[in-house]
Amino acid sequence: MGALSAFVSGLVFGVGLLVSGMSDPGKVIGFLDVAGAWDPSLAFVMAGAILVGFFAFARARKLPHRREIDARLVGGSIVFGIGWGLAGFCPGPALVDVGAGIDKATVFVLAMVAGMLLYAGLERWSERQPA
Amino acid sequence: MIDWAHFTPWTSLAGGILIGCAAALLFLSSGRIAGISGIAGGLLTPRRADIAWRIAFLLGLLLAPVAFRLFGRLPFPRIDAGFGTLLTAGLLVGLGTSYGSGCTSGHGVCGLSRLSPRSLVATMAFMAAGMVTVFLVRHAWAP
Repeated sequence: MGALSAFVSGLVFGVGLLVSGMSDPGKVIGFLDVAGAWDPSLAFVMAGAILVGFFAFARARKLPHRREIDARLVGGSIVFGIGWGLAGFCPGPALVDVGAGIDKATVFVLAMVAGMLLYAGLERWSERQPA
Repeated sequence: MIDWAHFTPWTSLAGGILIGCAAALLFLSSGRIAGISGIAGGLLTPRRADIAWRIAFLLGLLLAPVAFRLFGRLPFPRIDAGFGTLLTAGLLVGLGTSYGSGCTSGHGVCGLSRLSPRSLVATMAFMAAGMVTVFLVRHAWAP
């Protein structure tokens, strides 16, 4: 049951990325290019998703969650943003484009998995270091 | 100036609503957050026992183009980045989303929906970094 709803969620999520234009790196870069010919479409994707999410996550706002805003969060997000701006791919759209048989998306995803493995390795290494 | 030729407010809004519904379905059915980098990254660290739902979600994501094709022609993505740029970008996205605990979906959609201050800071950081990167590559450093 849990796996079925997760599958349907992934499917609808991916179709949403395709419908919205997020699965097209050219369109993503058009959104990030505020100094050039700016395509504000992706602000509408965020608005639509948050409009629904705001009600769905009402319960989540009452749950305890992590509050710390530290160098890992900000530094990691900046590094992610640089990569996002370079190719126009973030994880979801890249995976959808892999499913569409786009070779360049597969190259990106393999490198992304390598980055995640590198992180996991670095974390294990730093845990072994004396404090 | 706005690129009116490529501006698609209605389909983008509709796609966003679908994304929101998908995140809502996952959260309301299992209490999980639809953050793609986290779902994928969780498969790489074997200490977690919750593997089936992650694979099911990612399988759905990968099969989305197949479902989309039943209703219309698949949009063709424009990817200007070459091989080296794709490798660099992928590595940075993998590392950055791991350290920052999320990406456009986890922080940008789910986090902002639940009014998380962490996600607001993360979203502003990656949006700003993405915009600066595109500015440097397209305008400042362009030949």
